[in-house]
Amino acid sequence: MATIILFAPLLGAIICGFFWTLIGEKAGQIIATGLIFLAALLSWIIFLGDIPETGHVTILRWIESGSLSIDWGIRLDRLTAIMLVVINTVSALVHLYSFGYMAHDENWGESEPYRARFFAYLSFFTFTMLALVTSDNLVQMFFGWEGVGVASYLLIGFYYRKPTANAAAIKAFVVNRVGDFGFALGIFGLFFLTDSVRFDDVFAAAPALATTEISFLWMNLNAANLIGVLLFIGAMGKSAQLFLHTWLPDAMEGPTPVSALIHAATMVTAGVFLVCRMSPVYEYAPDAKTMIVVVGASTAFFAATVGLVQNDIKRVIAYSTCSQLGYMFVAAGCGVYSVAMFHLFTHAFFKAMLFLGAGSVIHAMHHEQDLRNYGGLRKKIPLTFYAMLIGTLAITGVGIPLTHIGFAGFLSKDAVIETAFVGSQYAFWLLVVAALMTSFYSWRLMFMTFWGTPRGDHHTHEHAHESPMTMLVPLGALALGAVFSGMIWYNVFFGYEDKMRAWFGMEAAAHHEVATEDHAATETAAPAETATATDTHGAAEASAAATPEAAAPHGAVPSGGIYLAADNTMIHAAHDVPNWVKVSPFVAMILGLALAWLFYIRRPDLPGKLAAQQRPLYLFLLNKWYFDEIYAFLIVGPAQWLGRLFWKRGDGDVIDGSINGVAMGIIPFFTRLAGRAQSGYLFHYAFAMVLGIAALITMMTLFGGAQ
Amino acid sequence: MLQSDLATVLPELILAIYAMGALMFGVSSGKDQTTGTLTWATAGMFVALALWIGFGNAGDRSAFGGMFTDDNFARFAKITILLSAAAVLLISQDYMARRDLARFEYPVLVSLSVIGMMMMVSAGDLMALYMGLELQSLALYVVAALRRDSARSTEAGLKYFVLGALSSGLLLYGASLTYGYAGTTLFSGILSTVNEEVPLGLLFGLVFMLAGLAFKVSAAPFHMWTPDVYEGSPTPVTAFFATAPKVAAMALIARLAYDAFGGIPDDWSQVLSALAVLSMFWGALAAIGQRDIKRLMAYSSIAHMGFALVGLAAGTAEGVQAMLIYMAIYVAMNVGTFAFILSMERDGKPVTDIASLNMYSRTDPMKALAMLVLLFSLAGVPPMLGFFGKFYVFRAAVDADMAWLALAGAVASVIGAYYYLRVVFYMYFGTEGDRLDSRMAPAQWLALVAVAAAMLLGIINLFGIESAAALAAESLVR
Repeated sequence: MATIILFAPLLGAIICGFFWTLIGEKAGQIIATGLIFLAALLSWIIFLGDIPETGHVTILRWIESGSLSIDWGIRLDRLTAIMLVVINTVSALVHLYSFGYMAHDENWGESEPYRARFFAYLSFFTFTMLALVTSDNLVQMFFGWEGVGVASYLLIGFYYRKPTANAAAIKAFVVNRVGDFGFALGIFGLFFLTDSVRFDDVFAAAPALATTEISFLWMNLNAANLIGVLLFIGAMGKSAQLFLHTWLPDAMEGPTPVSALIHAATMVTAGVFLVCRMSPVYEYAPDAKTMIVVVGASTAFFAATVGLVQNDIKRVIAYSTCSQLGYMFVAAGCGVYSVAMFHLFTHAFFKAMLFLGAGSVIHAMHHEQDLRNYGGLRKKIPLTFYAMLIGTLAITGVGIPLTHIGFAGFLSKDAVIETAFVGSQYAFWLLVVAALMTSFYSWRLMFMTFWGTPRGDHHTHEHAHESPMTMLVPLGALALGAVFSGMIWYNVFFGYEDKMRAWFGMEAAAHHEVATEDHAATETAAPAETATATDTHGAAEASAAATPEAAAPHGAVPSGGIYLAADNTMIHAAHDVPNWVKVSPFVAMILGLALAWLFYIRRPDLPGKLAAQQRPLYLFLLNKWYFDEIYAFLIVGPAQWLGRLFWKRGDGDVIDGSINGVAMGIIPFFTRLAGRAQSGYLFHYAFAMVLGIAALITMMTLFGGAQ
Repeated sequence: MLQSDLATVLPELILAIYAMGALMFGVSSGKDQTTGTLTWATAGMFVALALWIGFGNAGDRSAFGGMFTDDNFARFAKITILLSAAAVLLISQDYMARRDLARFEYPVLVSLSVIGMMMMVSAGDLMALYMGLELQSLALYVVAALRRDSARSTEAGLKYFVLGALSSGLLLYGASLTYGYAGTTLFSGILSTVNEEVPLGLLFGLVFMLAGLAFKVSAAPFHMWTPDVYEGSPTPVTAFFATAPKVAAMALIARLAYDAFGGIPDDWSQVLSALAVLSMFWGALAAIGQRDIKRLMAYSSIAHMGFALVGLAAGTAEGVQAMLIYMAIYVAMNVGTFAFILSMERDGKPVTDIASLNMYSRTDPMKALAMLVLLFSLAGVPPMLGFFGKFYVFRAAVDADMAWLALAGAVASVIGAYYYLRVVFYMYFGTEGDRLDSRMAPAQWLALVAVAAAMLLGIINLFGIESAAALAAESLVR
């Protein structure tokens, strides 16, 4: 079943991409979409079923070189199942949505085919993303990691006639290379240290890594921390975390369905997935985790501040995505991977929905993307409005405080913030403030789009129309997820640790003390352990009682989708935070909503005044903290200078110059010389022979025989 | 004793008797009317002898007290010489007849020259060496001036003769020095004396002899006669000069170096390296300035001799094998190319200007394509056989720790590629101009197309030349 899920999108991509000329564009689109829906259906079957233990499916032997042995395989556990559902559901809905959205595109002429290409790219992306999450080793994961990078490049640059789209595609690719370099170094490091890239072997060796010192650059570092940091650098690139985030807003140059699928729901969460997947390593890398928390919280705060003042509807949501990814990393960095996955899961629904809703608005407004030219659209496109409203309620975290009833974002975001309170005060306060700003900019977007009076081109507003059903149905489906996904799966992600452990197929916490002796004897863990673990979870009520002396079984493979060290009591502690902490995100949300209402409904003149009064701050935010400018000055400029130096001076002058000089200067000179020597006079020829024999005799005298 | 000696030299003997018989026949019967018959008969004789030698399967033999050696190496060289001489005779016949050059002496002189070459490659003594060399050369001097009433042809013959006399003088001087220091003219005797302390006089003898032989293979700086003689001689004679005598002289250098001076490979190796480098670069550089395709082929052969010398300079059996393969491929390429050059004419008059090939691909795409293959092969572009010839000699040089020589060869072949490709450029992308006639004799067409096809098909197994050359090299390098 997992194999079908993995390869159905690839099949769709191949059929749609290479054979649409045979079967027609429409048929290609339908086949690709149908295959994705099949994959989505099977994913839900797996997800809703019971996954007690880690399943392995080996598909083919891939690379054999020395001690490096890599199979192409599928690792099926709860973590994979969550990602399968997220990817395939969103992808299927986006495929469907694209029928409407891509039906007419002003970037292409009447007779130019582009739809099949678009669908083929989408399906190809889905395949590579699935290859990433189903991988059972780091190299296959890297394949998927690069594959989604390629797909992202192709889709951002889909409108390849637009210079901005090409620039954005290149930027995304290049910035991701920085992160990928870290990721690759991490893989090399793990192979160097453990002589394997298979997850099972790496995880089994993780405890040993914690006690290993490795020399890197000029420093001696703890191996686990170093690997953790390197892998996180890869995650930072893919998930657009601070310093490597600059590509994500520009990536909005791609078509909106792409933004929903790749740059909101799936690809950008690959970094979070990576950290969760490598949880057995991160559990032994406290410094790396601290770094993740700091970077994640800073990103959440930074992106939210920038989101406050952006005027492009897609860019607002893009910065929102960036910010929400920061939330996920905080949770993962605190060691509560399940909460990170929880927020990833819910975020996929409501953020995809916001993007698709924004796409619907853009579609209705004839590709107008500036918020300042919207207004009063509530009546024109009511269904889109309701969808966006649900999405906004979800992202801002509306719910009933101190209960578990609310929109998806309410449950998952609050879980993150409660976790952060235990893990890091720095992260907690930044996240709460970010929550306030999230609420503000989300409602600002809503108010500017749907309330007030129509602004901008009069003609465009008059012709605003509701989107076709193919675009509205996906919105409805995602709305269900945005409303209910939080409440339904709250308990297994966060609510009860024992349920969470069982759901993820982990050993119950109390089981460790018994298991230690068993594991110590064997090098590889028996998956059967898990079965007993699930049996005993009922009794393991005192989950947090797992004391530090119940040390993790060294050399054993931890079972389950994620791994928590024995001394990791974060979840339990997060449940016990004071009530004011639990209420704080709600209060922040209300404050943000009130401010947005004040600014954009009650006193629409206030924002302009405030911007004028705080001009430097406003410009600072509007220009995204000047990151692009700083990078352009520090990195892009010198790199271009160096490139131009090598190109013009090195390649042009030195290499071409010397070759041309030899070919057009020196050789002809000798040719003329040879021509002159060939005078036609017999005595010249005889003289040359005599000279030759004299030279040879001299040479023989100097170097020959006894000498 | 005499009987076995005669049995060993039987092919040469038969050819000599044939040559004299043919001369008698020509003189006593229809004189120049018999040229056609005689040409075919001589070519048939060559082929028959080549087959006999090839399938005779005799072991290593020597005759006349070691003055004549018959081994695998000699046989390989003889077969190459005989077949190429036969091919050249056949492709020239049409040209000779149409240009009023059909002298019955021509096939006879070629036969005599071939006997000389066969003597050369079998030489086991300085006397035998010189005898073969002179027999070959004298015949060649005459055929160079075959068109007696043409100033250019006689000039070519005279230049060749005078410079050839000078080179013979060098060779003889070297031979006398060698005899003076070694006390014998037998190769085996020289070989046994040069093992110990080598007197400088003997080395001088070696250098002089090598210089004399370098003249015959037209290796720089003893190459000066080549362009003038190639240009001045009638084209069939040029074709002959470019093929069989080169093989014979190259084989003779190998024979002398290994059989007589095998004890001091380092000494002759450095002389040959110097000659090789000079030839490769001089040939490549000077050819760029040429407008006449015969002069171009002259410089081309100078450069090719340089590459073949690279194999010899390696001083190993592998190097000799590489040289033999190179020479076999070289001869084949030249036969094909000259078959084409012989057919180049406009309004019935022969032309040799490269520019006359402008847009030849439009006139005759098939022949242009065959020529393209040959020129690519001459330049050493894979996958044509010419590339493999170069590959073998370079590999031999690298294996003998003479990578610098291989590197120099590679650079020279890059420079040389220019002038071959320029001909291709004219044929395919040149400007429109007066077209060449498309007439071509069947023998020429066959030679051109067959050789071009061989250059492509040969990559499969080199037609077995590789193993034959290996056997030959083995018998020489002991």
